[in-house]
Amino acid sequence: MSDFWLHPALILIVGSLLLPVVPARLKKGYLLLIPLLTFLHTISMAKGVFGEVQFLDWTLVFGRVDKLSAVFGYIMSLMCVIGTLYGMHVKEDAQHAAAWLYVSGSLGAIFAGDFLTLFVFWELMAFSSVFLIWFRRQPESLAAGYRYLLVHVVGGISLLAGIVLHCKATGSWAFTSLDVHHPSFAAYLILIGFILNAAVPPLHAWLPDAYPAGTFNGSVFLSAFTTKTAVYALCRGFAGMELLVVLGVVMSLYGVVYAVIENDMRRLFAYHIVSQVGYMVTGVGLGTELAINGACAHAFAHILYKGLLFMGGGAVLHMTGQTRFTELGGLYKKMPWTFLFTLVGGLSISAFPLLSGFVSKSMIVQAGFDHHVLWAAFLLNLASIGTFYCNGLKAPYLVWFGKSHCKPETWERAAEPPWNMLAAMGFTSFMCVFIGCYTPFLYNMLPYAVDYHPYTSYHVSESLQILLFTALAFFVLVKVGKLHPHAGLNIDLDWFYRMGGRAFLWAAKKPIQLTDSFVGELYRLAGLIPLMFSARASGRFDNRVIDGAVDGLAETVRGIGSRLRFVQRGQMQENLAFAFAVTAVLIVIFIFAYNTFAQ
Amino acid sequence: MKLARLIEFLRDHLKVVVRVCLVALALLVLLDALPAVVDKEHAHTWVEHVPGFWALFGFVGCVLLFVLSKTFGHFGVTTREDYYDE
Repeated sequence: MSDFWLHPALILIVGSLLLPVVPARLKKGYLLLIPLLTFLHTISMAKGVFGEVQFLDWTLVFGRVDKLSAVFGYIMSLMCVIGTLYGMHVKEDAQHAAAWLYVSGSLGAIFAGDFLTLFVFWELMAFSSVFLIWFRRQPESLAAGYRYLLVHVVGGISLLAGIVLHCKATGSWAFTSLDVHHPSFAAYLILIGFILNAAVPPLHAWLPDAYPAGTFNGSVFLSAFTTKTAVYALCRGFAGMELLVVLGVVMSLYGVVYAVIENDMRRLFAYHIVSQVGYMVTGVGLGTELAINGACAHAFAHILYKGLLFMGGGAVLHMTGQTRFTELGGLYKKMPWTFLFTLVGGLSISAFPLLSGFVSKSMIVQAGFDHHVLWAAFLLNLASIGTFYCNGLKAPYLVWFGKSHCKPETWERAAEPPWNMLAAMGFTSFMCVFIGCYTPFLYNMLPYAVDYHPYTSYHVSESLQILLFTALAFFVLVKVGKLHPHAGLNIDLDWFYRMGGRAFLWAAKKPIQLTDSFVGELYRLAGLIPLMFSARASGRFDNRVIDGAVDGLAETVRGIGSRLRFVQRGQMQENLAFAFAVTAVLIVIFIFAYNTFAQ
Repeated sequence: MKLARLIEFLRDHLKVVVRVCLVALALLVLLDALPAVVDKEHAHTWVEHVPGFWALFGFVGCVLLFVLSKTFGHFGVTTREDYYDE
């Protein structure tokens, strides 16, 4: 243990606090410097347990650096560099500060060795990330942000309740693997907190509600940190819990179905976060070394290609003001490089050979086959068809090709984004290719030793067949005229709390207000009128009887007062002496009287 | 903008591109049937040994997902855009 250990999150926190005082001409350099420092520091940290702090009766552990937390720390801090570069031209300091605090929350939760530290950073994530939605400054963003916050507060309460019960039962605050075969009530509460952040249905609706409402660059951050920090927490606490296999497979298909019918580009990508995190959750549920490696590898690859997709979607939003397919189309002439980079993201998420998804996703599917959970493996392959259909084909086709639905002003505005956005997309594209081609880079970082080779002839043949024949089916659908974008909204489970909120408002307006006015009327009739009557009666009594008596009394007092006035001259000492004298006389009288009556 | 020109070029020769792609697809299934090229020793189920099984899986799966999702949408899930507006 070293005496001094610098938490990487601290660099970002201090960096964001100093942001407003940095001179404007140094700002861009500073914006790159802080995330780079954080990244370099994170990847150079030695393994071990650091930053133990004694607080009251508890031992807080801020720095548990092992292989599992290190791989997540690596990708989170790298994504912070990419995301900041992407939004570097944004002038508002608060947006960068919110993003950095969000990342620091994620890093803090990942390196936390105890539940309390985990919880504090977990909440920091929720409360800082909501600003990335609010800064869009649209009415729907404000509302979506509040819903996001409310849902996360509920998840946070469940997590905290679980933590407290768990620690009371076990006597330890350490964040280690929980008993997944006989989970306690506390473990379930903690699990609810985790899977809410991982957007596992039915607790997922906040994600496709909030992420498309964020700023063009804020959603790039959002797409990376909350769900994958939850995947880390699940890997740490719930590896091997069979329930998660079912939930994971369900969510991988659930996201696909909604993405197929979605009209908004960024919401389509958001539904595919749900779908892709489903693979990771399945991996956690399988719990074998290969599956956990797969979950971590897939989280790593996913953060990059999903960030890339959101960067593509953000670029379209930033440059055209539109994200709906019914308002876009034919943009390849205006934004060809954005198209290419988004396509790389779309092919990576679809697990095309030589791209990142191919080397990561297949580990989880392989683990499913090895574990003889054949249904899960086949259904995950089915989900990957939908993944390619939506991200690799539908979205690029409807935005950059197909029939142009652009309004003249949209078409006029459309152009390639600023250099920093293109650079961020270019670098991320490179990373997707690099990870896909040079497997040791990612595999050597994983928690367990990897004995897995993705590039076997059978696996390549299997993947290419699935993907290319999906493409064939897609173009057949285009050819028969089935692929027109339709304006519309898809109702998801957020309906319940949206309508629940509305029912509450209605209840507040109608029945509660009605009851209130009824009670008011009752009060007026039964209370106020008799009260007024009695008040008038007592008023008359007061006028004639009491006033007479009081006036007489007042007259008497005034008479005495005017005589006493001569005694009272405003001298403090005299007054005190007089008061003491009267007191002394009273005491003497009292003692005499007491003695007389006591005998 | 060279990239845009490349895309234009491919679009101008769409028929050739489509033909090349179709040949590639056929080749893919053909190669899958040759044990010397694609070693299926590690396949887990008997269906995987059927040549072109995954090709069929991809095509049918895609159409199925499309049809099922659209049907799901038609059951009242897809609604007007201002549904939540007051």
